[in-house]
Amino acid sequence: MVAGRLSFTFAALSDPTRRAIVERLTSGPATVNELAEPFTISQQAVSKHIAYLEMANLIERQWQGRQNFCALKPETIREVADWADGYRHCWEKSFQRLDVLLTEMKKKAAAEPQTTRRGGKSASRKKK
Amino acid sequence: MKPNETFKVEPSGDREIIMTRVFDAPRELVFDALTKPEFVQQWLLGPPGWSMPVCQIDLRVGGSYRYVWRNEDGREMGMGGKYTDVVRPERIVHTERFDEAWYAGESLNTWVLTERASRTTLAVTMRYETRATRDEVLDSGMESGVATSYDRLDKILEEMSTQVAE
Repeated sequence: MVAGRLSFTFAALSDPTRRAIVERLTSGPATVNELAEPFTISQQAVSKHIAYLEMANLIERQWQGRQNFCALKPETIREVADWADGYRHCWEKSFQRLDVLLTEMKKKAAAEPQTTRRGGKSASRKKK
Repeated sequence: MKPNETFKVEPSGDREIIMTRVFDAPRELVFDALTKPEFVQQWLLGPPGWSMPVCQIDLRVGGSYRYVWRNEDGREMGMGGKYTDVVRPERIVHTERFDEAWYAGESLNTWVLTERASRTTLAVTMRYETRATRDEVLDSGMESGVATSYDRLDKILEEMSTQVAE
């Protein structure tokens, strides 16, 4: 679903030049000229990258007077961010927190062995 | 940290995902951490920025649970289900359904804890209603094609989300 919808977006982001353009736009809208500046490739090539990013819904063009600005599309960015925080990543982060919590719980249990709930041995004794 | 050594997420059969993770603690403790609200609220939070203001757990067969997460930016996400099997400290089975479905229908999740040498292996099997749904879920964060540019992307996204939050 989301990943399928975003696959074109990810394809767009798989290119280093396009990522650099996106990164530049995180600090605000820019004209094609401004975007092309840091690159050694032709402005035409940069325009192609921009068109690609536009098709991928990552950026949009805005006219301000006679100048054409490129700007990021927050909705898509939000979707990408949510995806990146996706399934595996989500669990990984949670489990890392659980590691920390378990370390604390172990310390507490060791500090007051009397009040700890039944340990493995007594539990098995209780059974049947 | 080497997440791949202790954490695995893989498809199983037609409709299942199996997730395994090893924890350096006896399973009584892990079981508590998985089933007591005061603990669950501390770890089951996913990526940074989320908290869990609602965590209700009625841990018995037929009992239900409900979790609500809240992001710093105000978004909320709720989820819940019913327990169909509870065997302390080794097994929990429950249904799972999100308020705003990001996958179709519900899943049946089985948590199994096994202990060896004071370490606990947690195996969670999530069974979805169809194969297509299972594949969608797997797809939603596991595409390897972008993994290579992940670190970079992460950094970009961080900057972006600061911007988007405004």
